[in-house]
Amino acid sequence: MSRRTSSVILTALLASTALAACTSNEPAGNAGDQGKLSVTSDAKTCELSAKEAPSGNLVFNVTNKGSQVTEFYLLGEDGLRIVGEVENIAPGLSRDLVLKAAPGKYFTACKPGMVGKGIRSAFTVTDSGNDTELTGDDKALAQTAGSQYGSYVKDQTEQLLTKTQSFVSLYKAGKDDQARALYADARRHWERIEPVAESFGDLDPKMDLREADLEPGQTWTGWHRIEKDLWPPKTGYTALTPAQRATVADQLLTDTRTLSSRTRTTTHTPDKMANGSKELMDEVATGKVTGEEEIWSHTDLWDFQANVDGARVAFEDLRPILKKKDKALDTSIATKFTALQKLLDQHKKGDGFVLYNELTPAQVKELSSGVNALSEPLSKLTAAVTL
Amino acid sequence: MTDEQQENPRAGVSRRRLLGITGTGAAVGAATFAGGLGLGRATADDSVPQGGSRTYPFYGGHQSGVVTPAQDRLHFAAFDVTATTREDLITLLQAWTLAAAEMTQGRPAQADETSYDAPPADTGEADGLPASGLTLTFGFGPSLFRDAQGKDRFGIAARQPKELARLPHFPADKLDPSRSDGDLCVQACADDPQVAVHAIRNLSRIAFGSAEIRWAQLGFGRTSSTSTSQATPRNLFGFKDGTANLKAENAGDLDQHVWVARGDDPRAEWMTGGSYLVARRINMHLETWDRTSLREQEAIVGRDRPQGAPLSGGTEFTEPDFAAKGRGNEPLISATSHVQLAHPTRNGGAKMLRRGYNFTDGNDALGRLDAGLFFLAYVRRPSTQYIPMQNRLAQHDGMMEYLQHTGSALFAVPPGARAGGYVGEVLFT
Repeated sequence: MSRRTSSVILTALLASTALAACTSNEPAGNAGDQGKLSVTSDAKTCELSAKEAPSGNLVFNVTNKGSQVTEFYLLGEDGLRIVGEVENIAPGLSRDLVLKAAPGKYFTACKPGMVGKGIRSAFTVTDSGNDTELTGDDKALAQTAGSQYGSYVKDQTEQLLTKTQSFVSLYKAGKDDQARALYADARRHWERIEPVAESFGDLDPKMDLREADLEPGQTWTGWHRIEKDLWPPKTGYTALTPAQRATVADQLLTDTRTLSSRTRTTTHTPDKMANGSKELMDEVATGKVTGEEEIWSHTDLWDFQANVDGARVAFEDLRPILKKKDKALDTSIATKFTALQKLLDQHKKGDGFVLYNELTPAQVKELSSGVNALSEPLSKLTAAVTL
Repeated sequence: MTDEQQENPRAGVSRRRLLGITGTGAAVGAATFAGGLGLGRATADDSVPQGGSRTYPFYGGHQSGVVTPAQDRLHFAAFDVTATTREDLITLLQAWTLAAAEMTQGRPAQADETSYDAPPADTGEADGLPASGLTLTFGFGPSLFRDAQGKDRFGIAARQPKELARLPHFPADKLDPSRSDGDLCVQACADDPQVAVHAIRNLSRIAFGSAEIRWAQLGFGRTSSTSTSQATPRNLFGFKDGTANLKAENAGDLDQHVWVARGDDPRAEWMTGGSYLVARRINMHLETWDRTSLREQEAIVGRDRPQGAPLSGGTEFTEPDFAAKGRGNEPLISATSHVQLAHPTRNGGAKMLRRGYNFTDGNDALGRLDAGLFFLAYVRRPSTQYIPMQNRLAQHDGMMEYLQHTGSALFAVPPGARAGGYVGEVLFT
């Protein structure tokens, strides 16, 4: 369970279109001073500090001096193709548009009030000799990545549903040993696609809430409710009655069905996939590597592996785009995935893993370091694949 | 007496003069005085830090260190009382009062001449340092009134304020008992960390045999401004924090939201002119935050990072417009953003006077910074001002993904001591 409030994230994701350039965390990149431009937008004007710039990384610092929310676009020569855009710049604020531009003719446009064709001017990118391989087939690559990832999500939700069905019937029938044996295995499929599940803000708390995250008066349902009943604390715990078991179990199955059907219509854009990949590793860093996720069953390493699996699949699907945009980052992330997997493999036992509470502090630290080493470059993936 | 800075009016020996150091003679604006519990109108002149020699009065209608312009550094300590009699507890409070009155004026905790064969009365590490705006603020925890079995410890249980109860469990709390609660608290704020630490150290020394430190927290950077003359500082997430804080200049707000008024609680009239202090140690997952895109960081906070302006536009102090829409008719400020959830309009008008500090206490076993925000807030009624809001934030705030509350305490901060009296005297008479 993540405590991430999905609506914030969702809003943030909706705001960025798949192949639009993104606002950057970092200034300039390799843009020289010539690559840095300022844009002033108000009701009547859209003033740029220069009419041309050398090809390569460009940074448009857009300041809204008007009284309406504005947007800024860099458009292709045809005035239609969007090379990059930055939206939702409220009055008084400024925001950077960072993008890579090839030599050619363009249009810039400010769109105060977010309506109409905007205030346009011609803009030229001169040839700096920098490699700026920008092609129209980025879109095709993005679609391929999205559909591959969509298939993965579909497969995982199907397996999740099948195993959840078996799990809840074992649990309801009081076959606790068998239910315990299936618990971590079934949850793997959830953990692999957790960011997708979390995008449905109503389901995540019902299905994956931890006891520590309960609100006063809130009914505790989902995986971890059953986990505690199957691995009860030695003292101070009252086991669920068969009727209570049935209620919790049926609810989990219903919610899993809902999740499964909803994911069929989810679209997967590169920015969502890249963010999801990073979020899975954040999950590992805050929940799994600390043993907080599965405090009763101690099966955190199963979740850990599943999060890494999910993050890696999203990354692999995005690699054709990333390799074009940032080869060094691609190599760095791939290397670190491999290194982390090696660390995890040390703790494999049979089909699964050793329990979290069997790890020594030094082993936990080693895993944590592996997660950090991977997460840092992985956090740059979204910007890289959307640039 | 008010909280304005003033030239030390009493003929005392300052630590600096004691050492024969010429004071810097900081320019000090004309102090204003207001009678009773009224708050003097601080002006920009007299609240701007003027160098280390500024002092705040210890005695007065309200304790200093609440609306005093937030100093740069903090040393906060919660104490367990080991004394078992009412007399011993009062003796401790009297001794603390005398020492606090000295130290806040830049003098040694105890000025007695010391025999060459005795340990020095003052611990000495602040010798030569100016007062540095030191304030010492004292509070009483619920456990001072009744022990865990409900027993009246010092004959004051009948006067326990109804607002003074342990804070409830909030969603996602992961509280460490050794960083929570306490019978007494002392908040030491100063612009020089050595001065704040010196104060807690000497008060702790004075307390041996009557009280001992249960937990303590150092804070290295203020995360809120309590005066309009102060610039808004940044927390460890890199964002300005406390833009909408209550300010000392708005006396009406303070009377409404900070100071306990006569009649608020018939069995605890002694709290009139006092306040309640909520202390929460909030760890921040800085490593994952730092991997989060600026887009998401700003969406979570609801303000832009460069200037702290709401995402609906304007500048730092522009009121957020939660109705403003952007692309796709989505609100510019998310409904689950921190700024919206914490906003008075979403909390029945409730406001707090925040006085928090950034902290970092080394690192954890995984090599992560053990760092965050030591949240301090003064409120008139925790039950309506803090508790419902924290419940709402813990449930809906996107920022919770990056936070973990690890310590918690609530204290009743009595009104200021009168000259010749002692802090909390009103509770015992």
